[in-house]
Amino acid sequence: MILKPRLEDLKIIGFYLGKIILGLALTMLVPILTGVISKEINPAMDFIIAFQISILLGLLLLKICHTDKDLNWMQGMIVVSLSWIIAMVLSAVPLYLSGHYGSFLDACFETMSGLTTTGLTLVQDLDHLSYTHNLWRHLGPFIGGQGIAVILLSLFVKGTSGALRMYVGEGRDEKLLPNVIHTARFIWLISIVYLVIGTIALGIVGISIGLKPANAFFHGACIFMAGFDTAGFAPQSQNILYYHSLIFEIVTIIIMIIGSLNFNFHYQLWAGNRKETVKNIESRTFFISIMLTFFIVAIGLNQLGVYPQAIALFRKGFFQLISAHTTTGYMTVYSQQFIAEWGSLALVGLICAMALGGCICSTAGGIKMLRVGIVCKAFKEDLKRIIMPEKAVVIEKFHHIKEIFMEDKQVRSVLIITLAYIILYVLGALVGMFYGYPFLESLFESTSAAANVGLSCGITNIAMPAALKVTYIIQMWAGRLEFMSVFTILGFLVAAIKGR
Amino acid sequence: MKINFKSALIILFFVVLVYPRESFAQGLSSNELLKNTKQYDGKLITYSGEVIGDVMLRKASKASAPNAWVNINDGENALGVWMDASFAKIINYAGSYKTRGDHLEVTGIFHRACLEHGGDLDIHAQAVRKLTNGSMVQEAANSGKINLSFVLLGVLLMIWILSLFRKK
Repeated sequence: MILKPRLEDLKIIGFYLGKIILGLALTMLVPILTGVISKEINPAMDFIIAFQISILLGLLLLKICHTDKDLNWMQGMIVVSLSWIIAMVLSAVPLYLSGHYGSFLDACFETMSGLTTTGLTLVQDLDHLSYTHNLWRHLGPFIGGQGIAVILLSLFVKGTSGALRMYVGEGRDEKLLPNVIHTARFIWLISIVYLVIGTIALGIVGISIGLKPANAFFHGACIFMAGFDTAGFAPQSQNILYYHSLIFEIVTIIIMIIGSLNFNFHYQLWAGNRKETVKNIESRTFFISIMLTFFIVAIGLNQLGVYPQAIALFRKGFFQLISAHTTTGYMTVYSQQFIAEWGSLALVGLICAMALGGCICSTAGGIKMLRVGIVCKAFKEDLKRIIMPEKAVVIEKFHHIKEIFMEDKQVRSVLIITLAYIILYVLGALVGMFYGYPFLESLFESTSAAANVGLSCGITNIAMPAALKVTYIIQMWAGRLEFMSVFTILGFLVAAIKGR
Repeated sequence: MKINFKSALIILFFVVLVYPRESFAQGLSSNELLKNTKQYDGKLITYSGEVIGDVMLRKASKASAPNAWVNINDGENALGVWMDASFAKIINYAGSYKTRGDHLEVTGIFHRACLEHGGDLDIHAQAVRKLTNGSMVQEAANSGKINLSFVLLGVLLMIWILSLFRKK
């Protein structure tokens, strides 16, 4: 028998959503301050309005739904799931008011793309967008990448078990420290330290390639936030091609790789355990996967003679491959070139890289390296079972922070998530094909959205059908939350309708 | 007459040999160029649009004079133009939130995958002409937004006062 959600459930969900909305409102003070400093009156007004709406909504929810009770698993998952939708809508308000978006749906698409660290964009005339709005576009991935609930945990929650439920609901199943709130704060610490280092590095490179100092550091901060959080937004319409610089591309590659690594790696490195990066199943799988997918891309580009020199092939091919595999989505080629020049094989290489994604417990999307590694190990184990005598006991283990013996239960859960991702990629491609786009292009764009990558072969533009925009929004959301929270909210809706 | 005919032939030979086989002087859009990269690769083209972002001066090397990267947006896409630094001196305004950039017309060689620049799609300018001057954008505060903000502030204050009464 399905139980109908009680009023108490709704009150608890509403109360925690109110807290998250207030947290989001506080982040809007950053662009307001930027608008005031850079004397951009109307952009600052856009954020003041969005700030007021957020505070209003947050306070109303806190007052109406006030409760002292803690979250249970179901409520925690629903809070996380809904908080992303509400954050998308509230964050879209200032962007829509900027006049750079064709509709409110386009602005929602942009913010969901940012928060989920995807990077697909529907902005118009980006080259004339204010610093204030541009900063917000890049701050979105920085907030969403670390996790919206993680912000709440580090700011408002003081040691409740509900915190763990929200942390897991955001697609993170690993704690770096025994206490989930300390973990959330450590994630912020890592991110802010890297932000300072990355901004300075990119700022210096920016000045050396001819950017004005103020612009160099602004671009540095933006590119770092969207690169480390594997989002792929850039302040100019040409993305990374705008800079015309090999050094800038190299620094960006480093940032993308750092961002796609497990926060546990960063913690181990901070703790002085450097061997972990070599021994860990994720880093090994990541390395092998990059090599294999780059091999496919390189053969594809070479077959068609896309680039006349090996150096150019490596520079363009490797950058795009790393951008795809880390699920960042930075581009040094125009989206039209993917279809017109790159050919099917190179595109398949990129699609594979996007689908596989980065590391677990990072800001990257996709199936993720730990799962890919476990699936490969399980495959190897089954092959051994076939080859070896019936009575032989086959045991596989892998190293991930510690030595772990593989269990069928673990493999099952990994395969379910892997299958869910593959279904999500295919469903998006089917919707694309329904609207008349060719198979490969539809699959490319769908995988890019669902794996939170952001590379585009040209389908994503303001003229695409509204239903396809909504499809990609759902894909970005489901892909980022790794399904559990999404399944829970679907179950909650069914219970609300059919429950007793 | 005979000498003139010969010299005309020599000139014609050099024109054919030295210059690209085709030129597209009528002006092409970025979409046209990006859709037909192979067709225009290595050809002399004319492209025009607004200068956006920063003019990025690059230091001179032993082999070349100082150059600059200028990104030009024709309203559809922005393309990178590699030009002699002296050409870039005519640029007074580059497009941003607070400025409308100068409109330039660039005649140069289009590269689908430039050998000199690591496979970048770019244009190497041979001639640059300013079509229109850019300008500063005067920003006026939007009264509708200010009014909306005051209304929201009023509602917020009302909720605050009501909550005070409720507490009492």
